[in-house]
Amino acid sequence: MASGDASGPSSWGRNPHTVQRAVALAWASDALPATPEPLLPYGMGRSYGDVCLNPAGPVLLTRGLRRFLAFDAQTGVLRCEAGCTLGEVAELSLPRGFFPPVVPGTRFITVGGAVANDVHGKNHHRAGTFGRHVRALELLRGDGTRVVCGPSASAELFRATVGGLGLTGLITWVELQLAPVPGAWMEVQATPFATLERFAELTAESDKTHAYTVAWVDGLARGSALGRGIFFRGNHVSGGEVPRAPEPRWRIPFDAPDALLSTPLVRAFNALYRRWPRPGTRRVSAWSFLHPLDAVGAWNRLYGARGLFQHQSVVPGAQGVRELLATAADSGQGSFLTVLKTFSDVPSPGLLSFPRPGWTLALDFPGRGEATARLLSRLDAVVRAHGGRVYPAKDAHMSRDTFRAGYPTWKAFSAHVDARFSSGFWQRVGPEAV
Amino acid sequence: MPPRRVLIVGATSAIAQAVARMYAQQGARLALLARNRQYLDTVASDLRVRGASALWTEAADLLDLERHQALVDQAQQALGGLDVALVAHGVLPVQAEALADRRIAAVCWQTNFVSAASFLEAVAQRMEEAGQGTLGVVSSVAGDRGRAGNYVYGASKAALSAYASGLGQRLASKGVRVVLVKPGPVDTPMMAGRPSLGGLLADVDVVGRRIHRGLERGWRVFYAPGYWRLIMGVLKLLPTALYERLKV
Repeated sequence: MASGDASGPSSWGRNPHTVQRAVALAWASDALPATPEPLLPYGMGRSYGDVCLNPAGPVLLTRGLRRFLAFDAQTGVLRCEAGCTLGEVAELSLPRGFFPPVVPGTRFITVGGAVANDVHGKNHHRAGTFGRHVRALELLRGDGTRVVCGPSASAELFRATVGGLGLTGLITWVELQLAPVPGAWMEVQATPFATLERFAELTAESDKTHAYTVAWVDGLARGSALGRGIFFRGNHVSGGEVPRAPEPRWRIPFDAPDALLSTPLVRAFNALYRRWPRPGTRRVSAWSFLHPLDAVGAWNRLYGARGLFQHQSVVPGAQGVRELLATAADSGQGSFLTVLKTFSDVPSPGLLSFPRPGWTLALDFPGRGEATARLLSRLDAVVRAHGGRVYPAKDAHMSRDTFRAGYPTWKAFSAHVDARFSSGFWQRVGPEAV
Repeated sequence: MPPRRVLIVGATSAIAQAVARMYAQQGARLALLARNRQYLDTVASDLRVRGASALWTEAADLLDLERHQALVDQAQQALGGLDVALVAHGVLPVQAEALADRRIAAVCWQTNFVSAASFLEAVAQRMEEAGQGTLGVVSSVAGDRGRAGNYVYGASKAALSAYASGLGQRLASKGVRVVLVKPGPVDTPMMAGRPSLGGLLADVDVVGRRIHRGLERGWRVFYAPGYWRLIMGVLKLLPTALYERLKV
């Protein structure tokens, strides 16, 4: 499923364009390949920018490390190799009454990638980030030593590795606490809203009653329409047979022409989407509520050969989000899919974890060269003005200053970076070469 | 239906693991043979978590022909009988190295043909006595017609395919079904960094599911993925004079 081709593995946004060398890993007990160049683990390639790319050396393909090692059906504690996907974990655990504690918008990511980016989901207000549910993991360091770390054992290295973007070594296995669920189905509701104030009310009341909450926002709306969208909330419910995770129903077979995501078409899509939801409570499979885009394989190809850029940030509240939306809408480069969610004050476990209390907004833009770069810089400036931060897993653009301003712990983190590991992202925002 | 009793020789190969996962999910009783103890233990843990109802493993040098019958007999005893066996071990040498050093070619032929055929015979013996069983063998499209780029490997698989064909004919009246699988290039560690015919590289899970289905339904000869039947059908029909000019 990695979006690789003749030029090797790439990131989901396909930016930056690079020719990436790769070494496939087959066994967690093997030593790291002996190379003079730095290494970087690569799972499913679903990070959007360059946290999963390594221009200075090969990436280590971890999908060969995809074995389950132990599962306790009483407690829901699973130990698995880092290349297992969350979809594979869910397929194993759902019939036994458990579900991954945190899932992002796709099930096609590896457990190692979920730790390394300390991913969050629509249940952040209750569960926090993925890393909170990691009991232990094994780290294979560049010097060949293996360190088992967790919240209490080698805790500092653990804090650096959770959200550590693969820079502290290769995660070989992870021990996870899965969440008990009554079944594989969900009861979901969609509620249109006209303003961000209304969104705030819906969130405040729904976070008490629903495990999952998220909103889609019309990324093209301006003026008085700015901030309109649809609020989704859901809960796991019991009953019914466990549905198999569907394979993607369609696969985008080739790169779409640039015209596909032109502003008029994005506008039409957003207008249609706004009218989509039916009122009332619906019952759907967990897959279709949590991972709607997984139904379409390789959907990044809709953005054409020039790929896409995501911009996900967290700011303290509505005002920052309003300015970000206005900046995007005024640019004339419509965000195709705009997602808004509030983060609670559940603490994130990693030194570089992205989530912190506030509102998080994800925007995406087709790659249009300089114009996109200027827009991303303007968005970064808004984020900084509000004291927010940008999500590395989605980023291919932010400056070193923006990174340092958002992540004041970067220096403490740097001390744990393994000398044999690096990434495009880290070369871009990490310490300057001396 | 009682759990299937399945022996897999070369159980740490990526294709074998994919087939074993399918059987484990159905609660099969599994016996696994492979060379590396540490790898074998990891595979066994995975299959246990996935639902295998019994697991027997033995790490052994699969080139030691004298142990083959004893290993098969131990597996049969541990499982309480044999419904399915899959002979899946093999190596893919770098052709240029195998041409430069005849010993590398010999290890390839020893592993892919001599050892595999010997295991087939050892299992056939017991299945014939029992009057039932499905005996699968992982050969390769490379055995259908020698190609300039990998005929050292292809020759070993051609011999294996011929052996399986003859064995299938011999056992047809004995209630034992021989299943010959010819995978195309599969996205596995064995193929890492190698050029593949036409750049086609199949997903190992797709191949594993197809082999599992073929074993359970008793397909006699099949390709995995299925489109290789068409490709190899055409390649086999090409006149030699034309084939020699082809760059495949």
